[in-house]
Amino acid sequence: MPIRSLSSALKLGAAILLFLAGVWAQASGLVDEFRFYWPDIRYLSVQHLWLTAISGGLAVVVAVPLGVLLSRPSVSRWAESLMQLLNVGTTIPTLAVLALSMSFLGIGTAPAIFGLFVATLLPIARNTYVGLRSVSPALMEAAAGIGMSPLQRLLRVELPNALYVIFAGIRTALAINIGTVPLAFLIGAGGLGELIFTGIDLYDTVMMLSGAIPTALLAVLVDVMIALITFLVVPRGVNPARQR
Amino acid sequence: MIRLDNLTKVFDTPDGAVVAADHISMEVPRGEICVLLGPSGCGKTTTLKMINRIVRSTSGKVFLDGEDTSGLDTEALRRNIGYVIQQIGLFPNMTIEENITVVPKLLGWDKQRYKTRARELMDMIAMDAEAFLKRYPSELSGGQQQRIGVARALAADPPVMLMDEPFGAIDPINRAVIQDEFLKMQAELQKTIMFVSHDIDEAIKMGDRIAIFREGKLVQYSEPDELLSAPKNTFVESFLGEDRALKRLNLVRVRDVISDEIGTVVGNDTLTTARERIDAHGYRDAILLVDDRRRPIGVISRDTTGSHQGYCRDHMRGLPAVVNLGDDLRKVASLMFAHDTTWLPCVDDNGTLCGQITQRDMTHHLGSRYRARRSAADSEKPVGS
Repeated sequence: MPIRSLSSALKLGAAILLFLAGVWAQASGLVDEFRFYWPDIRYLSVQHLWLTAISGGLAVVVAVPLGVLLSRPSVSRWAESLMQLLNVGTTIPTLAVLALSMSFLGIGTAPAIFGLFVATLLPIARNTYVGLRSVSPALMEAAAGIGMSPLQRLLRVELPNALYVIFAGIRTALAINIGTVPLAFLIGAGGLGELIFTGIDLYDTVMMLSGAIPTALLAVLVDVMIALITFLVVPRGVNPARQR
Repeated sequence: MIRLDNLTKVFDTPDGAVVAADHISMEVPRGEICVLLGPSGCGKTTTLKMINRIVRSTSGKVFLDGEDTSGLDTEALRRNIGYVIQQIGLFPNMTIEENITVVPKLLGWDKQRYKTRARELMDMIAMDAEAFLKRYPSELSGGQQQRIGVARALAADPPVMLMDEPFGAIDPINRAVIQDEFLKMQAELQKTIMFVSHDIDEAIKMGDRIAIFREGKLVQYSEPDELLSAPKNTFVESFLGEDRALKRLNLVRVRDVISDEIGTVVGNDTLTTARERIDAHGYRDAILLVDDRRRPIGVISRDTTGSHQGYCRDHMRGLPAVVNLGDDLRKVASLMFAHDTTWLPCVDDNGTLCGQITQRDMTHHLGSRYRARRSAADSEKPVGS
């Protein structure tokens, strides 16, 4: 491979480093140690994803209609103050939310899902609301003047034009969600947190990394997935990623 | 036909009630363009938007083709009115085709019919259907977007159109082009149109009638030429501007002012004949030379007839310019200034001479109507009383 630019030199350098790291990992027996945790990683990853899927899915199902509702002109009087309330809600640390939900739902999966749901709800609702409110008034007037009913205006004009912002909210929210799931272990819901926290407690770096690295990979995977969905679902005319 | 009957809008503001439109009554005959004109905040836009209920009227009625619209469902009413706004308002999430077929779809047309209609509309606005239908609004220039905006409003062939400063955001060169295209379309489609503008020149160009608004009241409602020749009061006068007599130049055609009495010579006439005719008609400097089919080809100057002998065909000078019967006086005046002449020959579409137009005829035409209207206007009552 001839080296013609700085970036190709960097790529080559990175490939060499990765190769050396692999050689070192194999030589030091690290790979075998990780393989020891492989069944745990697989089982806990699935559990981890389930927690995200259920809490995130619920959050989308609740937050999008909530954002739509708040953006309606008839509730505009309270919408801003309610949004402020939700904003204050976002500032409560997720760990605190989990602790609170444990205190009245007990331990196990249910309080974990509830806590994650609350933490995920806010960014989605806020982006839905902001996205719909920022649809240009001229567009709304044109839609009304043409003879669209309020529902047709919402479905054909407002939502498609706000979709990019809404998906940005979902993306942020799920990134928060998947990064927060390890904390769910603390209230007995499992997930990759089991390896991380146990690893920390036992000073077992390999065990801890067996939880941390898959968590990071899952976060990246989900992010890429949402980005792909955004690319496909948001109409081309209002999709910055698809403009020619 | 659009008829407004005591249409009124009162806005409640923290500073008290503001009357944005005060008992507006007027009628736009079928197939005409009525321009609502006035300074900002005069109530012209409010009046327009009360027709399709973007603004709810406080009191008063709107009749479309004689039918009281207050009984109609808002969506049904709006689908029967074409609506074009200054900000264009194309839906960025839809292709051009989806944009212009929105209303037909709302009305439940079948697919074949609205697809065909989209192509018809693109032909009408002189845009290439194949090149544009699948594109998105953001890929078009402002002028192209507003053409599509007009096409969308025309899609379901509504009898009535409301246009709120439709060409206001387009650069002057494109605006003139779009205005011309629109007038050409209108000549065929014969829609009844209400058109808001704050540009007096646009109003004169587009309007069959002009309604001047001030502080929520309709001050004057007349045809453009009458408006310019007989403004009702000092407000209208000052709004139209000091050069309103010049603005009338746009409205008067050569055929309104032409005098068919014109002396000519042909190539075989002698210069002596030319001299006699020049004197007989009292021309100061030259006489027109025409060919055997009475098409102007040149002029014989008075000086030449004095200093030379022979036939006219050997002594003609080039023609400064000719004007067509359909040209407006603005073009004529411009040509006269450019060629430093006080008269121009007029021809019909075949190029045959019809007569001449002189500076004196023009000033006389503009001046006489102005004086006549003015004395008549003094005895008329103001609109709305």
